Amino acid sequence: MNINMTLIGQTIAFAIFVWFCIKYVWPPISNALHERQKKIADGLDAASRATRDLELAQERAEQTLRESKEQASQILEQANKRSAQMIEEAREQARAEGERLVAGARAEIEQEINRAKDELRAQVSHLAIVGAERVLEASVDEKAHRDLLNKLAAEL
Amino acid sequence: MAADNEVSAIYYIQHHLQNLTFGKHPENGWSIASTSTEATEMGFWAIHLDTMGWSIAMGALFLWLFRKAGKAATTGVPSGLQNAVEMVIEFIENLTRSTFHGKNKHIGPIALTLFMWILLMNSLKLVPVDYFPQLFGKLGFEYMKIVPTTDINATLGMAIGVFLMIIYYSCKVKGVAGFGKELALTPFNTWLLAPFNLILEIVGLLVKPISLGFRLFGAMFAGEVIFILIALLPFWAIWMLDVPWAIFHILVISLQAFIFTTLSVVYLSAAHEHH
Repeated sequence: MNINMTLIGQTIAFAIFVWFCIKYVWPPISNALHERQKKIADGLDAASRATRDLELAQERAEQTLRESKEQASQILEQANKRSAQMIEEAREQARAEGERLVAGARAEIEQEINRAKDELRAQVSHLAIVGAERVLEASVDEKAHRDLLNKLAAEL
Repeated sequence: MAADNEVSAIYYIQHHLQNLTFGKHPENGWSIASTSTEATEMGFWAIHLDTMGWSIAMGALFLWLFRKAGKAATTGVPSGLQNAVEMVIEFIENLTRSTFHGKNKHIGPIALTLFMWILLMNSLKLVPVDYFPQLFGKLGFEYMKIVPTTDINATLGMAIGVFLMIIYYSCKVKGVAGFGKELALTPFNTWLLAPFNLILEIVGLLVKPISLGFRLFGAMFAGEVIFILIALLPFWAIWMLDVPWAIFHILVISLQAFIFTTLSVVYLSAAHEHH
């Protein structure tokens, strides 16, 4: 346990070790540590930013969905209205057509009746002439009595 | 190793506590001391080859390991050695952040060097006390004390290193005049009591390295003596005391390294502060 030059030797060794450590050992490790710290912090930052972005996107999607739903219901309503209108129009048309048809048919019937009446009249007049011929046993001059016969037929 | 008689026990202990000394003997000239008395007679101009060798080896081991980790350091996911090294560096960074209040980017490496170097030197203590003396005995060396921190020269040497840094940073931060003024005007802020202040402050300043060096030396030396005493027991009984003592010393080893480092950082922090 003698105090001797070892004391100075140790001090010198210590100084050299400290110098070496300052120069070559500490900086790379310390830098790596701090860089990693920064990287992790950046990563966490990015993650939180991404979460926020996701929230925003979700919100936007929801809004779009809501809007499109609204639009869809609007369109549907319009379509419904339009179809009701179309049905109404068609109905109107059908009714008009029907009426027209009914009127046509009625006119035709009228015509038919008139024709039948005329025919009947003609036949009646003919029958009357034939009857008169039989009664008179003489020929009646058809030409001479045309006016008379026609008058008779018109009265029927 | 059994102590058959007191003389051999005393011889054994003394033998284990003697450093391998190289120096200028008054009669033999420059040589390795073959006895304790010869080592003492060499006086100041001698050097402990074992202390120097082992401490430099441990320092080199520390620097090599950390340099290796530093070269391969990635900012990605660390593994293996880098993990361990980063753990130590973070520990030291936390230590300096909490106790060092000045601005000096060298404080980290200084604290790291102190901590790792002392820790490695201390941990040589866990090597059974007879291994290296026996091995080097075979190689022709009479003495071999492998734990440098059980040598007062080593611990005081480091403490002097810290002391020089205290002086250097005090002068650098406050200027030589400022530092002198601080010594002269605290604790009593009057020129009247300057001599008294100076004596007080200089004693306070000198006590720092001395307490640093002696604290580490005392703890380590005492532990070493106990290990040697335990080694004197019959071989089948050694483990009963040796194992608990060694386990306890795992704590002492790291604790002493931590205390030395922390106090050095505190002293250096004080050197950076203006009073």
